Amino acid sequence: MAKATTPKRKSSPKLKKDEALKYYRDMLLIRRFEERAGQLYGMGKIAGFCHLYIGQEAVVTGMQACLKDGDQVITGYRDHGHMLACDMDPKGVMAELTGREGGYSRGKGGSMHMFSREKNFFGGHGIVGAQVPIGTGLAFSNKYLGKDNVCLAYFGDGAANQGQVYEAFNMASLWDLPVVYVIENNMYAMGTSVYRHASETELFKRGISFEIEGEEVDGMDVYAVKKAGEKAVKYARSGKGPYILEMKTYRYRGHSMSDPAKYRKREEVDDIRSHKDPIDGLKGQIVEQGIASEEDLKAIDKEIRAIVKDAADFSLESPEPDPAELWTDVLLPVEA
Amino acid sequence: MAVDILMPALSPTMEEGTLAKWLKGEGDKVEAGDIIAEIETDKATMEVEAVDEGTLAKILIPEGTEGVKVNAVIAVLSEDGEDASAVTASAPTQSAEAEVEKVTPVAEPEVLEAQAAADAPAATMLTNPDIPEGTTYTKTVLRDALRDAMAEEMRRDETVFVMGEEVAEYQGAYKVTRELLQEFGARRVVDTPITEHGFAGLGVGAAFGGLRPIVEFMTFNFAMQAIDHIINSAAKTLYMSGGQMGCPIVFRGPNAAAARVGAQHSQDYAAWYGHVPGLKVVAPWDAGSAKALLKSAIRDPNPVVFLEHELLYGLEFDVPDLEDYTLPIGKAAVIREGTDVTLVGYSRMVGFSMDAADKLAEQGISAEVIDLRSIRPLDMDTIVESVKKTNRLVTAEEGWKHMGVGGEIAAGVTEHAFDYLDAPPLRVTQKDVPLPYAGNLEAMSLPNAEDIVAAAKAVCEGM
Repeated sequence: MAKATTPKRKSSPKLKKDEALKYYRDMLLIRRFEERAGQLYGMGKIAGFCHLYIGQEAVVTGMQACLKDGDQVITGYRDHGHMLACDMDPKGVMAELTGREGGYSRGKGGSMHMFSREKNFFGGHGIVGAQVPIGTGLAFSNKYLGKDNVCLAYFGDGAANQGQVYEAFNMASLWDLPVVYVIENNMYAMGTSVYRHASETELFKRGISFEIEGEEVDGMDVYAVKKAGEKAVKYARSGKGPYILEMKTYRYRGHSMSDPAKYRKREEVDDIRSHKDPIDGLKGQIVEQGIASEEDLKAIDKEIRAIVKDAADFSLESPEPDPAELWTDVLLPVEA
Repeated sequence: MAVDILMPALSPTMEEGTLAKWLKGEGDKVEAGDIIAEIETDKATMEVEAVDEGTLAKILIPEGTEGVKVNAVIAVLSEDGEDASAVTASAPTQSAEAEVEKVTPVAEPEVLEAQAAADAPAATMLTNPDIPEGTTYTKTVLRDALRDAMAEEMRRDETVFVMGEEVAEYQGAYKVTRELLQEFGARRVVDTPITEHGFAGLGVGAAFGGLRPIVEFMTFNFAMQAIDHIINSAAKTLYMSGGQMGCPIVFRGPNAAAARVGAQHSQDYAAWYGHVPGLKVVAPWDAGSAKALLKSAIRDPNPVVFLEHELLYGLEFDVPDLEDYTLPIGKAAVIREGTDVTLVGYSRMVGFSMDAADKLAEQGISAEVIDLRSIRPLDMDTIVESVKKTNRLVTAEEGWKHMGVGGEIAAGVTEHAFDYLDAPPLRVTQKDVPLPYAGNLEAMSLPNAEDIVAAAKAVCEGM
């Protein structure tokens, strides 16, 4: 019988130094990268849609720590953080945002459409919810090919209302597919709060009628994410079928760059930012437990800023795609 | 008063079937609702229920008789008090030695299928240059040729699998996947829930994950639920990924109008999918080219929309006895040579074009017939070459005229062979209405051989 459970209060275990610093570094990279992307957007260097991940960094960072080689990741359009978490090169990601030849899709995809087969990142999908059946299909291929790999399929609270999500849940459970559905509940589907768009706001319960176990997780705490993620990934990998994790998280910035910010109060954002921030939270634990000093962390910060600056410089120096690129990659050649 | 019991139809287009079994014998009492017999076609089995009550007086068609015409009297029921031995049929009976038809017993009724005898090709004269001289042929119905193509590719490549509604245990809603489950097992022949959007997306993910899915839609009418994944996920991702994300997948199933199933089940999607870069679109007519093209589609590294036709599934064609015979996608075939007018069609319209060419020949007009085979890429070269010779063009499609395949061909011909045209090209299409149910209105709406003849004569006027 599937069940849905609420999270236990997190304990404060002694952190391992390497692990803590890696999470700090990874989350900080996403934060600084996104801040820079926002800046480049403001300068007119990035165009179109640009959905920033600021505030949600603990989710992908914690989940990525649960994966092994060959496991796949797929998500929607708020995808820059996922790509960096998958170890994709920040230069290639930023250059795709600026629509340049050095981008992961050679400038032909943009913010919402980037992929890396090498890093097992399968997009980057612009249609809300479409990544859920596709990710379920990746899991299907794992099972079919006899691989013990798992696919993480991320989607938001808005996508959680899409019909195709439930079509995918049904097949994943019916066929015991190795997929973990990670619902990033940042409380708003564009500008509509979860209380105004969902009849059942506890989204981890959405799998109950498909016999899929679900769990609510503090998505602002990288360790809570990792703990829940390990359990879910282990479950899926062992052949028991899909698992749902609802990450309670929050985005500080607008839905996209053109967000009017009229649907929530400034105080709400400020409150979460000052009390729940995933990076500040981890930083506090690191300093408190004496794992690293403020100065050590400042050095990391400096290092990250340099990486992001390099990425931004590269994204502006990389040329626009060759006009001949217009006609490439429409179809693959047929082998004789 | 004796009551005639008639041979029932399993579908609006069934013309005859096998009287498989009598469950009641002469002299047995029958209540309304009793099952008295079983009938079969190559598609399905159905139980015959008694409508009236009485005594089964006489069985006129013994069990095991094949080719029993719909509405033939198969037995006579006497009402209470009547002398059962004295009753006779009020309608003429059919000889028990009915014409023999190849019959394959199969599962259950449900999905309608047409056995339109009018469609049967008299003689398919395929002039395919790729087939070596001396090649022998085996008569095969289209549905079996498609099944053979899938089976051959599944034997050849372990990553090929088929999924869709009723493809496995039911043996295919139209029996196209018949016996694949028995050979390849449930891992590779996958019954899905009725969730087109979900399983089309799942198929795309499986293709990204290294497999070669064949996704069957029970009809392409239902694929409108899935069209987002066909276009946004399958067709566009290679481009959006800078060439990283190839999606080798086949979406296949019957397309266009069946018979008397109404507007929602009767649409031709060739123009819809033909519009989209990143897709290949195939719409074959005969069993031989359909088999060869389906094999090519399965091997293609790109997403292929493979449009079949329900009214062709049961038709027999010559299929060449060649091992691993494939045809290139994107190449049309001149299947009948002529000098006065070029008739271009795809799928069922090719058969009508061949019939039209016969009728035109009787009236002194020599028509060249092109089987388009692929909608995208569209083989304009073959069409233009033909029009340069005949100077006249008629296109035929089951879709609507507005923004249709014929319009695209006509535009291509005016662009590339304007000076060769002796008359404006004409398009034979479905009438610009949702397909009606009523038999007479449906017939008026759909294009046929006569329409093609009329259009050809119009462009040849003053020739």
